[in-house]
Amino acid sequence: MPAVRIKDQWREQRLFDQRTLVCAAIVALATLVLIARLFLLQVARHDYYTGLSQGNRVRTEPIPAARGLILDRHGEVIAGNQPAYQLELVPEEVPDIDQTLASLVQLGLIRSDDVDEIERTIDSSRTFDSVPIRLRMSDEDVARFAVRRFEFPGLDIKTRQTRWYPNGSLAVHALGYVGAISEQDLKHIDRAAYAGTSLIGKLGVESTFESELHGSNGFREVLVNAQGRSVERQGAFVPELRTKPPKPGEDLLLSIDLNVQRAAEDALAGHRGAVVALDPNNGDVLALVSLPGFDPTLFGRGITAAEYGALQSDIDRPLFNRALRGTYPPGSTVKPAIALAALTYHAVDPAAHRYCAGAFHLPGSVHVFREYHNEHHGYVDLDTAIVVSCDVYFYGLADVLGIDRISAFLAPLGFGRATGIDIGGEKPGILPSREWKAKTFARAAEQVWFPGETVNFGVGQGYLSVTPLQLAHYASIIAMRGRIWRPRLVAAYRNARSGEIRRVAPVSEGEVPGIDPNDWQRVVRDMIGVTTRGTAAAIGAHAPYSFAGKTGTAQVFTVGQNEKYEASKLNERLRDHSWFIAFAPADSPRIAIAVLQENGGAGAHAAAPIARKVIDAYLLGSDGKLKQSP
Amino acid sequence: MIYEDISSSSRARRTLSGAARVLLELRIDGPLVVGLSLIAAYGLVVLYSASGQSTGTVLRTVARLLLGTIVMLLLARVNPNFLRRSAPWLYAAGCLLLVLVALIGRSGLGAQRWLDLRLFRFQPSELMKLAVPMMCAWYLHERPLPPGGLALMTLGGVILLPVGLVAAQPDLGTAALIVVAGALVIVLAGLRVRVMLALLALALVTVWFGWSFMHDYQRKRVLTFLNPQTDPLGAGYHIIQSQIAIGSGGVFGKGWMNGSQAQLEFLPERSTDFIFAVVGEEFGLLGLLLLLLLYLFVCGRAIYLAAQTQDTFARLLAGSLALTFFVYVFINAGMVTGLLPVVGVPLPLVSYGGSSVVTLLAGFGILMALYSRRKLVGS
Repeated sequence: MPAVRIKDQWREQRLFDQRTLVCAAIVALATLVLIARLFLLQVARHDYYTGLSQGNRVRTEPIPAARGLILDRHGEVIAGNQPAYQLELVPEEVPDIDQTLASLVQLGLIRSDDVDEIERTIDSSRTFDSVPIRLRMSDEDVARFAVRRFEFPGLDIKTRQTRWYPNGSLAVHALGYVGAISEQDLKHIDRAAYAGTSLIGKLGVESTFESELHGSNGFREVLVNAQGRSVERQGAFVPELRTKPPKPGEDLLLSIDLNVQRAAEDALAGHRGAVVALDPNNGDVLALVSLPGFDPTLFGRGITAAEYGALQSDIDRPLFNRALRGTYPPGSTVKPAIALAALTYHAVDPAAHRYCAGAFHLPGSVHVFREYHNEHHGYVDLDTAIVVSCDVYFYGLADVLGIDRISAFLAPLGFGRATGIDIGGEKPGILPSREWKAKTFARAAEQVWFPGETVNFGVGQGYLSVTPLQLAHYASIIAMRGRIWRPRLVAAYRNARSGEIRRVAPVSEGEVPGIDPNDWQRVVRDMIGVTTRGTAAAIGAHAPYSFAGKTGTAQVFTVGQNEKYEASKLNERLRDHSWFIAFAPADSPRIAIAVLQENGGAGAHAAAPIARKVIDAYLLGSDGKLKQSP
Repeated sequence: MIYEDISSSSRARRTLSGAARVLLELRIDGPLVVGLSLIAAYGLVVLYSASGQSTGTVLRTVARLLLGTIVMLLLARVNPNFLRRSAPWLYAAGCLLLVLVALIGRSGLGAQRWLDLRLFRFQPSELMKLAVPMMCAWYLHERPLPPGGLALMTLGGVILLPVGLVAAQPDLGTAALIVVAGALVIVLAGLRVRVMLALLALALVTVWFGWSFMHDYQRKRVLTFLNPQTDPLGAGYHIIQSQIAIGSGGVFGKGWMNGSQAQLEFLPERSTDFIFAVVGEEFGLLGLLLLLLLYLFVCGRAIYLAAQTQDTFARLLAGSLALTFFVYVFINAGMVTGLLPVVGVPLPLVSYGGSSVVTLLAGFGILMALYSRRKLVGS
């Protein structure tokens, strides 16, 4: 134990003074550390923190650009923008959201099925955001709400631009539609460019020309506080904020002629099928029809699961674009091409007659290739064979030509490859050949090309398949005696502000090589024969223009796998598909067309009258006489 | 000539001594009061902006400052001997109240700190900020210094008993300040350096051990201090936003009521614990240097007064009070600038709210009492 110490006041005073000095020194040192820290933050890293502070207080709000219009070749609006009334709710201003929604259901302004969905949307929004709870209100709905508005604090009717298709389903398969931006879309779009927009083009022109139609967003800087609420000023100070106006999307002038389009849709109405009409001089698509269609507005306003399910499960497949994606055997419409091949290869003497007794046998085979409806055409030459569509003649012709020559000859006419139309989704069809068969089939026994398959090819049956667009393209190539133009829907862009029009040059794909002009002329003459004395004579009668055409009938072998087995519909759906291709006037063609009517039976009866109506709509004035320039 | 000189100088001396007589009568120190008043005035200007131009907030603060000033003036007149004799009683009462708080107190902000006395809510932990150094100084007053092992053990107990109760509330900030106030008394009493180092080592072990007893939010604060970017929207938000506020203020600041971080509420606790950042954002580096200068002046003057006192109790207590004041400033500024963890210590005389203003001014009152009666002490 240490000895008891006595207090030494002086020594303690000295000790205290020492300690105090040390502490004062520590205070000074600590202050220097603080000042160094302040210097680091406020001088060295000042710019960095200024940036962060700026990012905190300023939010950039997008101003969506107006979507470009889509017009037909005469300037009629096919797709426009329309202000639509929608009911919007600001959650923090509504005293009781459940109660409010219940009252709206009672008023018939929202459906009780939608309430859960609406509540989810409200929950996921910020309390001061305006949440749309009902889109596209009718004038009646607006009026009904307006008189009771005082009962609904926090609810208001807002006007928003929405896509508007004034003609409903008209030309929907060419146009496509706009719909809600999906997860899939988000993967390939620039999200910033779509801020402030909930819609994006899907399918057709709306999708392919999305970037032109969309324009580019403008923006507006707004001052926000920590909760993200926009505020007018910060303390006593109103900062300067930038604004950039949006650049509206470009208007598209389509090559489509809505009169022709309407005529085609009216003529095909009630049937499944497709019509494609082209201007053979430049590839302009005058009409592109696939029926049944659907109302594109459904998607813009937010299609319900039930509505989408109904469209998808519809046995008539309204969402299916038959014109671009439906592939069918071309039937006898291929005969002019086979005839051209025979003439070009000098495979037969066109004046030589063959006898048609309604059936054809390959040497050494028992298989019978029959004439359609077992007709007997008697002695026919090449020209007559086209006019009356004699299968037996073409069975023989194909056999003489052989698959290799046919296949090689048909390729430049557009078979087996996409036409290159300026919207997506087109199918190339199938142009069979030995190589194709070897590549396509897995089993060695099936990879061999059989002579019987060549015989079938001669009348457009078997593996050969085409889309209606391809066949219209083929008709236009014949009409132009070999000149090829790539089909296109968009003929010009129009600046939405200045009205300045920028034309899109038609794309020439050259000519079909190696065909004698006389042979073209001969086949065209035979096709005129079809509409004057041949299979479509009834249709071509009294046409005030020279009218070249060819009928076709595509056999339906089985009911499609996706279709339900319904006894009442079975017979109808097993009937053959009806084809007709045509162009007019035959000597200076202005329109080329392909018509397909599914299960329409023989081409002459179903498809041909439709083609006539469409051509009349394009070429004839209201007085029934040929227009000088359509 | 000579007469005139003398008379003018003597007249000046007479006027000065007239003012000095008033101060002497009130037992207050002029420079210290001027320094404190300047800080308080600066604080009110900043508070008006930081509270979003709330006149009510400013008026309530003025009322608290007035209350604190009255307490300060009253305490300045108390005889230091009485202060010394009352130290153990005050300490005992404080501990009792802390126990009461633990049993029946009101909780505010996730911590149980208040004792509702009907008329006003009273935070016993604030009382302990004064009672603990007083108790330590009282204990060392009659003993030979530097303190021996037994004395240190006793003082350790004296400090840690209330600190434990406060930390359990849980209020880490105040607990730390009580430890600092008590420890400073012992350090000023001449605690040997090797003992200090040993205690420091012990403290580190305790910290490591204490980690396992910490509340989640306390741990989070420590972790966030170590790396604020890990949780930018959670606990790290305070530190990140306050650094943005200070850094974006630059040398000259964005101007009074123009700080976007403060005015648009990005800065949390902008009128209380983080008001230092508002000064930095709106008045810049210059504004902060001015504030630090005022604090240094007050602290320096307080240390000077402490050095003038003549007995052990007065020296130790006054020295501790003067240095504790600086510790407040340093901890607050350190946490707001990201040097120290966020512990919830207000910026003295500038932060809005609480009994801390009253405690602080009471401390200065005691300091003045110890200084002004220095000749009476020990007689």
